[in-house]
Amino acid sequence: MRFSQAGGRRLVAAVPTVWLLLLFLIPFLIVFRISFSEVRLAIPPYTPLITWHHGSPALEVHWSAYKFLFTDSLYVSSYLYSLKVAAVSMLCCLLIGYPMAYAIARSAPASRSVLLMLIVLPFWTSFLLRVYAWIGLLQNNGVINNVLLSLHVIEHPLALLQTDFAVYIGIVYSYLPFMILPLYANLEKHDPALLEAAADLGARPLTAFLRITLPQSLPGILAGSLLVFIPAVGEYVIPTLLGRTDQLMIGRVLSDEFFENRDWPVASAVAILILLLLVIPIMLFQRAQRRELEATT
Amino acid sequence: MRSRGLFSRVALVLGLIFLYVPIISMIVFSFNNSRLVTVWDAPNSPTLKWYLALVHNEQILGAAWLSIRIALIAATGAVILGTLAGMALARFGNFRGRTLLAGMTTAPIVMPEVITGLSLLLMFVALAQLIGWPKGVGAVTITMAHITFCMAYVTVVVQSRLVGFDESLEEAAMDLGARPLKVFFRITLPLILPALASGWLLAFTLSWDDLVITQFVAGPGSSTLPMVIFSKVRFGVTPDVNALATIMVLVVATGIAISTVWMRHREKRRARDLQLAAAANL
Amino acid sequence: MNTPTATAADPAAYVRFTNLTKKFGDFAAVDNVSLDIRRGEIFCLLGGSGSGKTTLLRMLAGFETPTAGTIEIDGADMSKIPPYERPVNMMFQSYALFPHMNVEKNVAFGLEQEGLSRAEVSRKVGEILEIVKMGGFGARKPHQLSGGQRQRVALARALVKRPKLLLLDEPLAALDKKLREYTQFELINIQQRLGVTFVVVTHDQEEAMTLGTRLGVMNHGRIVQVGSPSDIYESPSNRFVADFIGSVNLFEGQVSQEGSEGVRVSCAELGATVRVDRAVSCTTGATVWTAIRPEKIAISRRQPAATAASGENVVRGTVREIAYMGDLSIYLVQIESGKVMRVTLPNTTRGGERPIARAEKVWLSWHGSSPVVLTE
Repeated sequence: MRFSQAGGRRLVAAVPTVWLLLLFLIPFLIVFRISFSEVRLAIPPYTPLITWHHGSPALEVHWSAYKFLFTDSLYVSSYLYSLKVAAVSMLCCLLIGYPMAYAIARSAPASRSVLLMLIVLPFWTSFLLRVYAWIGLLQNNGVINNVLLSLHVIEHPLALLQTDFAVYIGIVYSYLPFMILPLYANLEKHDPALLEAAADLGARPLTAFLRITLPQSLPGILAGSLLVFIPAVGEYVIPTLLGRTDQLMIGRVLSDEFFENRDWPVASAVAILILLLLVIPIMLFQRAQRRELEATT
Repeated sequence: MRSRGLFSRVALVLGLIFLYVPIISMIVFSFNNSRLVTVWDAPNSPTLKWYLALVHNEQILGAAWLSIRIALIAATGAVILGTLAGMALARFGNFRGRTLLAGMTTAPIVMPEVITGLSLLLMFVALAQLIGWPKGVGAVTITMAHITFCMAYVTVVVQSRLVGFDESLEEAAMDLGARPLKVFFRITLPLILPALASGWLLAFTLSWDDLVITQFVAGPGSSTLPMVIFSKVRFGVTPDVNALATIMVLVVATGIAISTVWMRHREKRRARDLQLAAAANL
Repeated sequence: MNTPTATAADPAAYVRFTNLTKKFGDFAAVDNVSLDIRRGEIFCLLGGSGSGKTTLLRMLAGFETPTAGTIEIDGADMSKIPPYERPVNMMFQSYALFPHMNVEKNVAFGLEQEGLSRAEVSRKVGEILEIVKMGGFGARKPHQLSGGQRQRVALARALVKRPKLLLLDEPLAALDKKLREYTQFELINIQQRLGVTFVVVTHDQEEAMTLGTRLGVMNHGRIVQVGSPSDIYESPSNRFVADFIGSVNLFEGQVSQEGSEGVRVSCAELGATVRVDRAVSCTTGATVWTAIRPEKIAISRRQPAATAASGENVVRGTVREIAYMGDLSIYLVQIESGKVMRVTLPNTTRGGERPIARAEKVWLSWHGSSPVVLTE
C-alpha cells in the first residue's frame, strides 16, 4: 500500500521533469554542442561533432565561433550595451515601482484590489501592442511631439524614437508590473506596529523608512530587480521596434546571426555567452523564489 | 508621515497615468480617419473604418484563429503539467530530483526568450535527425514550445497556492479512508480551482501574446497573430493594428471587471454568513 | 471526577507502543516510548509544547512514520499501513472541515470511502448528527457554523465510521470556558454511549483530569508517569509531574529516619521536619524532595495542638498575598527560611469569622498522610 503511494508520487514528479528535461534542459546542451561547430552548407548547417577517419572516431571541436565573438568589437560592445541598458532599466523600474507599491500597500484594503487590478490590467493586454503604442507616441509626428510643438515648447520635433531613451521607456513600461508585484507582496506583510514603535521612540518618518521599512523590503527588491534585469538583457522586441540602429542589443544580435546570417554556431555561441553572464543572477533568483515559498510554510 | 504618504501617492497616480496613456492614445487613434495614425483628421473622424477593415483582413483573422487554437491547447497542457509539478514541489518533501525540478520550473520565467527560442528550435532539428519527428516546424512545435515556458508560471501559481493550503484537510480526508488520488480530486482540486483558473488564463495570455519564441519554432505556413502584427509594425504605425489593440483591451477589461465584481459578491456573501453564525452562537 | 466504567476493566492492551522513537534529524521528538492503552478507556496524553505528545498521536494516525519501534492496534502491526487503511479516525485541532462541502457531505465522506449504499450512508449520518446534537444542520456549510458547532460536526465525522480508536488533538483548546465544561461532559457521555476508545492529546491538565480515565504525562519525548487522575495528582512519581499537575509546595531535604511506619525528612528550606505516615522506599541520609499540595495545608492563628508536641509538619509564617477566586482563596505565606508557600482554602462560609488578612502571622500545618516523598 505504501508501495503504490510512493510509486504514484514518483510518476507525478516524473512527468513534468521528463518534459522539461527534453524541452528545456537538453536543448541547452544542444546549443552548447553546436557552438563548437562551424557553419557549412548542408542540412543541418553545421559541422558534425564526431568524424570518422579510417574507421576510428575523432572529436571535431571548433573554437572559431567563440574566437569570433571575442575578437570582433561589435559583439563585445553589444554585450556591454545590453548589460548597461538592462541595469539602467532595472534601476528606473525600481525608482518608479517602489513608491507605487508602497502607496498600494498603505492604502485602504478595499481600494487595494482595485489598484492592483489597474496595475495588472495592462499586463493582460498584448505586450507587443503596448510597445507598439509607444511608436505612436514617440515618433517625429507622434503624440508627444505634436503636443510639445502645438504648445510651442519646441520648434522642431524631438528625435525620441530609435534612441536609448526610447528603449528605457519601453522596458520600464513593459516590466513595471514585474517590479511592483513582488515589492507589493513583501511590503504588504510589514507590521505597521513597527513604524509606530519607531515613531514612539523618536524616529522621524524618513529615518523610520530607511532603517525599518527599507531593510525589510530587500527580498522584494531583489526579486523584482531580477525579474526585470535578467530578461531585459536578452530583450528583442523593444530594441527592434524602439531602439537604435547603430548599436544593437545582444538579443537582436542572436536573432540576426540565426535568421539573417544563418550562422547557427555563432548564434549558439552568443546564446551560451549570454547564459554565462546571467547564470549568477538566475541562481540568485531561484534562491529568492525558494526562500519565499518556504517562508510561508 | 503624512508628507511621505503624499509622495508615494503622487508617485502612484503618475505611475498609473504613465501606464495608461499609451493604451488610451492607441484607442483614441483607432477612430482616426487618417492613415497617419497620430495626426488627428478632425473633419472625417471619428470613424469605424479601421474596424471594418479588420473584419475583412483574412491574414489577421487567420492568424488570430491559429493563435487562439494554439493558446487553448498550450494553456491546458501547461496547467496539467504545472499542477503536477506544483503538487510535487509543495507536497512531496525533499525527493530525489527535487532541486532539478525546482530549477527547471523557475529558470524559464526569467530566461531571455531568444535563448529559449533558439534552443527549442535546435532541439526540434536534432530530434528530427534522430527519430524523424517532427517532420517540420509548425503549429505542433509552437504548441509544445508554449507549453514548456508557460508551465513554469503555472507551477509557481499552483505551488504558492498549495503552500498556503491547510494540509490538515488532506490529512483528514486520508484519515477517513480516502486514497491519495481521491484526496486530490475531491478535496485539493476543488479548493485550488481558482488558482488553476488564473494559471490557465495566465498561460493563455502568455501563449497568445508570444512573439520571439514563436518566431524561432514557427514554419513558413504558420503565422500567429503576434508574428503578423510584428511584421506590420516594424516599419511604423498602422491604424488597423490600433483597432485590434482596442478590441483586445476591451475584452480583457471586461473580463477583469466581471471577475472582480463576482469575487466581491462572493466575499460579501461569505462575510454575511459568518456574521449570522456568530450571532446565533451556540 | 471520571470513574472508570465496566468496559475499561478489560486489561488487554488494545493499543501497544513498543520502544517507539521518532527523530527529526538529531532531535528525538518521541524517545523510546512504550505504552499500553486499554479498550474502551479515555487515555489522555498530557504534556507541554515540545513534549512529543502530538508527534505520538500523529504516528498512531499514520501521518508520521516511526524511526524505530512498533505500533499495534488490536494485535495488528501498523508499520506498513497508511492512514487511509487504519481503523483509526482523528478529530483535528483546527477541525479540518471541508469548506466546499456542507455538513452532511462532510460527515458522509468517510462512509462513502467504504462503498455503502446511499440510503445506508444517509441513515448513519442522520444518526450521528442526532447524537452530537447537530441534527437539522445538514445543509449548512462550515463557514455558516459557530466554533462549537464546527467541533461537533468534526466529532460526528470522525465517529460515524465507528472506528476502533478516536484520536482527539487538543479538542477543547478553541472553546471558551463555559463551552469547554459543557463539551467535556458531552464527550464523556458520547464515549460511554458508543464505547469507542479515545486517545486525547492536551496541554491543559484540567481537561486531562476531567476527561481521562487514565493519564500519560509526557516530557521531552518520554512518558514520565502513567496512571489514573488521582494517582497522578496524589502520588506523582517525580518532581516534574508533581509540579506540572496543579500547584505544589516542593522542599528539598535529607531523610533522617525511615521505617515501615513512616519516614522523617528534615528540610532546611522548610525549617522543619516533615513526617510522612507511610512507608516510602528511600535510604537514610539520601537527598529527597517532599511535595505538599496547597489544599492539604491548614492555616491557623494559634499553633495547632496536634503538632505542639512533635514540632513536625508545622511551620510559622507571614501572609504576603491573598488571591480571592470566588470559590476559594489562595494564600501566599512567607515562612522563616524566606521561601513562599502556597495554601488554598475554600470559602465555605459567607461572611464568616474574621478571615485571615495580609501581614498576619500564621501557623501552617498538615497531616502526616499529605506529603509525598520524591526521590527524583
